[in-house]
Amino acid sequence: MNMMSEAAVEKALDKNMSDAPLKMIGKDVSVYYGEKRALFDVNLNVRKNTVTALIGPSGCGKSTFLRTLNRMNDTIDGCRITGKITLDNADIYDPSVDVVELRARVGMVFQKPNPFPKSIYENIAYGPRIHGLAKTKADMDRIVESSLQRAGLWNEAKDRLQEPGTGLSGGQQQRLCIARAVAVSPEVILMDEPCSALDPIATAKVEELIHELRTNFTIVIVTHSMQQAARVSQRTAMFHLGNLVEENDTDKMFTNPDDQRTQDYIMGRFG
Amino acid sequence: MSGYLIAFLALAALSMAYLGNSRAKATHNGAAGKIHSRPIYHGLNVAIWTAVPAFVLLLVWLVFQSSIVNHLVLSGIPGSENLDASASSILMSEVRQVASGNLFKEPSPEVKAAADHFKSLQGIAAYLMAAAVAVAAAIGAFFGLKVIGSRYRARHSVELSVTLFMMFSSLLAILITLGIVFSLVFEAFHFFTKVPFTEFLFGLRWEPQIAMRADQVAGQGAFGVIPVLYGTFLISAIAMIVAVPTGILSAIFLTEYSHPRFRAVVKPLLEILAGVPTVVYGFFAVLTVAPAIRDLGIALGFEASPNSALAAGAVMGVMIIPFISSLSDDAFAAVPRAMREGSYALGATKGETIRKVLLPAALPGIVGGVLLALSRAVGETMIVVMAAGLIAKLTVNPLDAVTTVTVQIVTLLIGDAEFDNPKTLAAFALGLVLFIVTLILNLIALHTVRKYREKY
Amino acid sequence: MSVTASSDLNVGVPAINWQSDDMKSRRKRRYAADRRLQAYGLVAIIFALGFLAILISSLVYTGNSAFTQSVATIEIDLSTADIDRTKLADADWRGVVRGALRAQLPGLSRSDERKYFEMFTSSGQFIVRDAVVADPSRLDGKSTFVIPLADPFDQLAKGQVNRDTPESQRRVTDQQIGMFDQLVGKGIISRPFNWALFFNADSRFPELAGLAGAISGSFWSLLVCFVISFPVGIAAAIYLEEFAPKNKLTDLIEVNINNLAAVPSVVFGLLGLAVFLGWFGMPRSAPIVGGLVLSLMTLPTLIIVTRVSLKSVPSSIREAALGVGASKHEAIFHHILPLAMPTIMTGAIISLARALGESAPLLLIGMNAFITSPPDGVFEASTALPTQIFMWADSPERGFVARTSAAILVLLGFLVLMNGIAIFLRQRFERRW
Repeated sequence: MNMMSEAAVEKALDKNMSDAPLKMIGKDVSVYYGEKRALFDVNLNVRKNTVTALIGPSGCGKSTFLRTLNRMNDTIDGCRITGKITLDNADIYDPSVDVVELRARVGMVFQKPNPFPKSIYENIAYGPRIHGLAKTKADMDRIVESSLQRAGLWNEAKDRLQEPGTGLSGGQQQRLCIARAVAVSPEVILMDEPCSALDPIATAKVEELIHELRTNFTIVIVTHSMQQAARVSQRTAMFHLGNLVEENDTDKMFTNPDDQRTQDYIMGRFG
Repeated sequence: MSGYLIAFLALAALSMAYLGNSRAKATHNGAAGKIHSRPIYHGLNVAIWTAVPAFVLLLVWLVFQSSIVNHLVLSGIPGSENLDASASSILMSEVRQVASGNLFKEPSPEVKAAADHFKSLQGIAAYLMAAAVAVAAAIGAFFGLKVIGSRYRARHSVELSVTLFMMFSSLLAILITLGIVFSLVFEAFHFFTKVPFTEFLFGLRWEPQIAMRADQVAGQGAFGVIPVLYGTFLISAIAMIVAVPTGILSAIFLTEYSHPRFRAVVKPLLEILAGVPTVVYGFFAVLTVAPAIRDLGIALGFEASPNSALAAGAVMGVMIIPFISSLSDDAFAAVPRAMREGSYALGATKGETIRKVLLPAALPGIVGGVLLALSRAVGETMIVVMAAGLIAKLTVNPLDAVTTVTVQIVTLLIGDAEFDNPKTLAAFALGLVLFIVTLILNLIALHTVRKYREKY
Repeated sequence: MSVTASSDLNVGVPAINWQSDDMKSRRKRRYAADRRLQAYGLVAIIFALGFLAILISSLVYTGNSAFTQSVATIEIDLSTADIDRTKLADADWRGVVRGALRAQLPGLSRSDERKYFEMFTSSGQFIVRDAVVADPSRLDGKSTFVIPLADPFDQLAKGQVNRDTPESQRRVTDQQIGMFDQLVGKGIISRPFNWALFFNADSRFPELAGLAGAISGSFWSLLVCFVISFPVGIAAAIYLEEFAPKNKLTDLIEVNINNLAAVPSVVFGLLGLAVFLGWFGMPRSAPIVGGLVLSLMTLPTLIIVTRVSLKSVPSSIREAALGVGASKHEAIFHHILPLAMPTIMTGAIISLARALGESAPLLLIGMNAFITSPPDGVFEASTALPTQIFMWADSPERGFVARTSAAILVLLGFLVLMNGIAIFLRQRFERRW
């Protein structure tokens, strides 16, 4: 594949954003933490090979929604979910669903880089190893290399694969975490404010990376920064006080939003 | 006598405080201008001046009185200047026995005279002490009362005394350590003048059964520490084999798997194991565990000693479980939540997250805890004194009896303690070894745990 | 990083079939491993708690019988006895007791009689003597006395002797069992609560041995320990927490305290032996020395606990006190210390409970002496509860096995009580900031 066709694909994707097939569907999703209700009947769809940005003021439920998509909320005591979320039309909260498989298919990158206290190599090999994705050492080497390549970290890390992952800089650590998520070949990658702990240069690199990853992965990103949402995403969803206010193409959202609250938020009137 | 003196000082301090307080009030009422300290501080100041120097004098006196009296009595006995230290201490204890009226046989006239001398000196010393303490208290009270005045900074003076007391108290920690080191080194040095250092350190035989008295029949005595140390480490190793997996696994279950309510009940129950006195474990080991192991051994066709290393070690291991469990618990709790989530988000099961992420991350904390537990096992005394053997043996069979450093210390010192034969002194040499080994373990452990805390 | 650099990689994303049989069975194995780890954890906990349960139940099982004591209640008419009222202590009490016992089973031969007298404690004469000395009006007529049975017959009465075992293998003869049954038939054998366990001091005879000496020895030792370690510990903690400059010396003190808290207790015993007994010439086996050694042992823990509780008082309180013109000392002693006190007290009680259970250092300073009367003060020789347990555990008489367990239950009772008080204090008074 050459650069031309790459760009063409991208363009085509950009154009038909509203027509891309649905990867995940959230229907009437509500989340309760004990007695407190954190999400109110959210209906939000995630489209294939698209970057969907979730924006809104802090505490609006955007991270909570993100964590329902790979059932990370299961690990929190007292958290309860109603409604329905499907991945490729299969309910992910169905009792027959295996969370381990679900999380392998829907990977996640966190706000703060959280590499394991292991070597760079082992950090990336961890996922493929537990899922049994590599039959041989050579397979594993290949997975590690391609994941680092995809995360744009290969050139920086290839000579220090056996050094601890915690020794990298913050931006490198975050790209290591992305590489770690990519290594399991997920279909969807969830990113929870992945750049909030990074400096502008590292942020730019991660954003560029997100842009590239879109070709192969479906991405949902929570972000605090409007500019970032505008830069990286094709679809944007605006949350406020646990409600989904508006979901739209990013271009439209930032130029001509349907909802007054979106307008206010984008103009910086609250948040 | 000293009890009455302390009561007297307390009373004197109290009345002087009252006197100082009221005198300060009187002065302040008449004083023009600003007064520095409230009357109560003047009262406290007088009380401190009255009681503290006198009390210190009393303590010093009590510490030195017996050795000075002994010296005076001994120098009064003809021919005593030719005796060595141990002979004179035996003579002195005889004199003391006679003086207190415990006659086993008719004492020699010299001893009898010395006993009378001893009694009269003790009487004189008691009167002198009372007089000295009273004079010191009076002088202190006089000065304390004299300085009362509206400009006198009584509060500063009181606070200075309090600060000095607090400084002394914190220095006491160092004094205790120095006391331990000096007493052990001093007696151990004595021991090494009788038994060569190299023989102690590298000897393979430990048979301290040498004659206590000339008419006793006993072996030559051998003081090689290796088999004793070996026994200590064999029993500690058994204890750790029991305690480390049990402690870590129970911590894993309680922190990661169990319901909070289960944890709230079970954790204090586990802590009870650490609160049970060790003498209870020792009795239990002898009464229940050792016979059970012996029966089991016989049933399986092994010869098991009634005080096998396995029984003592296993019981000691159970005692240490809560120790390792709670330190591992802390170590797991210190691993950031993000680490767990990172693993779950990759589709790892709970077990995989624990084994491959949490355990490596918490390892330094756990290792620190295990080292502290090992130090505790090495220094544990009562269980082994009651349940382990007395004969030092180099054996790898856990069903055999071995002895430990602490067992030897206790058996060498129990009952008799004259500081002149190698048997008694050997206990201090062993104590020194024990102190050094546990010190090293503690320092490494504390360092590891602290480094680990800094990391997260 | 450029698009081209990674373009060929982006194409070949391997599609993973998560629903393949291979993957399914692999996941099954992974979940099984997870459940196994959970099971191991549960087994570990069950092992530890099971051990605790066996420990406690075996102590209760062996110890409960020592809380009762078989006694013979015998009526003696002292008015007819030949007793000089002015010299009660010197009368022939042995003859009196034997006469009274003889009256219960008359007509025994001399050798049978010796066997018969073996059934009762050999100190019966002293029990009768002390009862009469305490209440001379008993001399005026008939009064009843309670004579404990000797240990083997106490066990017989408690059903701990199997009558079917051959005579040569038990400590009571068939003849004695016959006499015992006769006495039971006469209704003079009873089994009341064993108050002697709490009010008697130690004895060579299990039926008379009690814990009074050990309990008061422990009390005096703990008193000394508390009087020394409590003020000194608090003073040291305040200095280190509030006044001490950060320098090499305070670092050293810090490391020192942490290390001292982990020094084996037997080493403190060696220190006490060498310094307090050897150099200062203090009395052997005395609670004052025991208390001193225990206070050195508890001091580091107490300092650590106190520092933690001082640290937990918010600095706003200190600033408020300083702000109204209090001196630093006043701020600490009037405000911070009182607020930290409940936590400090809790820590102190728990440390004292630990000291109560400590035996190794007390053995080295001779608090395992055989002493038949409780100490009257801190300078008199005595034992302590744990050392008494150690001594009884070593005694060959069978009756001491039950008594050792009973003594342990008493010790555990004290520990539960102290910890209970500490927990109560914590829940009642501790503040959360």
